[in-house]
Amino acid sequence: MAPEPDTMPISVDFLGGLETLFSNNPHHTISLPLLNPSDSSPANVGFLISHLVKNHLKHPRTEFFVHSDGHLTPGILVLINDADWELEGEEECKLQAGDKVVFVSTMHGG
Amino acid sequence: MAPSLCAICKIGRAYIKRPKNHAKLCKECFIRVFEDEIHHTITSSKLFYPGEKVAIGASGGKDSTVLASVLKTLNERHGYGLDLVLLSIDEGITGYRDDSLKTVMNNAVQYDMPLKIVGYKELYDWTMDEVVQTIGKKGNCTYCGVFRRQALDRGAKMLGIKHVVTGHNADDVAETVMMNLLRADLSRLSRSTSIVTGDDRSEVKRSKPLKYSYEKEIVLYAFHKKLEYFSTECIYSPEAFRGSARSLIKQLEKVRPSAILDIVRSGEDMARLVPGESPSSCACKGQKVTSAAPAEDDIGGCGSTNGRTPGGEMAAMDKQLRENEEYAELEVDVAKAISKPKQAEKDTEKVLPIRSGTGPSKGGRQVLGQCKRCGYMSSQEICQACTLLEGLNKNRPQIQI
Ligand SMILES: [Zn+2]
Ligand SMILES: [Zn+2]
Repeated sequence: MAPEPDTMPISVDFLGGLETLFSNNPHHTISLPLLNPSDSSPANVGFLISHLVKNHLKHPRTEFFVHSDGHLTPGILVLINDADWELEGEEECKLQAGDKVVFVSTMHGG
Repeated sequence: MAPSLCAICKIGRAYIKRPKNHAKLCKECFIRVFEDEIHHTITSSKLFYPGEKVAIGASGGKDSTVLASVLKTLNERHGYGLDLVLLSIDEGITGYRDDSLKTVMNNAVQYDMPLKIVGYKELYDWTMDEVVQTIGKKGNCTYCGVFRRQALDRGAKMLGIKHVVTGHNADDVAETVMMNLLRADLSRLSRSTSIVTGDDRSEVKRSKPLKYSYEKEIVLYAFHKKLEYFSTECIYSPEAFRGSARSLIKQLEKVRPSAILDIVRSGEDMARLVPGESPSSCACKGQKVTSAAPAEDDIGGCGSTNGRTPGGEMAAMDKQLRENEEYAELEVDVAKAISKPKQAEKDTEKVLPIRSGTGPSKGGRQVLGQCKRCGYMSSQEICQACTLLEGLNKNRPQIQI
């Protein structure tokens, strides 16, 4: 898949039941714009989340992924290249081409 | 951000931030410390004895998968001498268990453990699909939970096993503590916070070795160890009240990660104030590890959760039980407890008077007997499962296609 101009490929996985919100597919490679169009800042995880909601979230129950304030629903872990996003600045964490981001829900049954 | 180094080995790159103490750890040290803490819980609570046969309540979900993996590891590393068996329940929900039972079967091969699957149909002559056809989706989690509760014990009995371990984690316990508080049902606190339920008089003892393990760490353990587990919401969706308690816990965790273990500890401390109950705790805090609570009352939640959420949705249950005249006596008890004069409450300093809230549980210790119908251990004449079955069987003809 040839990348669109001014975008970068990001690998995004949805696990722990979240895949049901994204076309029942746990593994995605998306083309993320290099810059957040709203303020031209470099793409970070916060921008990735809003991009996913706008373009990839194919489920009416969006609150399983984000709350109305746009923040991720508590109970979802984010791993950036395997590291807990709390170690990487959470939404502020800048993304680079080829980064691997995993969203995993802890809420689903045990 | 520059990557931090592991707080334990000081060499590896930190990948995990522990919710309980914010420690930043590398993958290897995290896995080791996660296992070591469960080992500590097991030894300090004296959960097992050498040579004991133990059934792991296995749903194919993350908690029981991690429990099986950790117990296998610890059993080998520390020479517990346990004979471990996987025990799965098939509720009879079309499509729902197919994948999760497949996962359990794979686990059985991977962990080299025998697997026993017990069906609701075989135990109760009702599948959950049939239950839902009869009563609708509302309240069906109560049925599922009550049936599951006995199913694990009966499955264990069939295998000649007297100890069932389940994957209940700290978040589950915290959630149940919150629910009991919100329902003003302190008498349930002991059961929901004990690491062991059932005692010498019970045929089957239950315990939760992951009681102090954060759900977040269970998920991370499974992720970093690349354990295969199955996750789906039960298609008969969980009750709203439990869902609210769950999101509340998760929101608290976001602001203050230690809140989860703090709620568990608070639940233990409050349970100690309830007359006639002796909650268990980590034995290094000096508490006795016993609980006289009959196992049957520790109702599990929705089918997706391996019965991991004791407490149950009692509203639907109440309604059902009220219709049953066998519970007339209990109704009187509840009324009496509620109309207790205010003054008595003021006079009591150490022992809190316990109101029964809206649940059918009575304050304090319950008398253990046997169900007159099925012989299963119960604090009532007719156990919860038989009570529910009676209602179901009455309604069966209407719905048969
Ligand atoms: Zn380390
Ligand atoms: Zn019975």
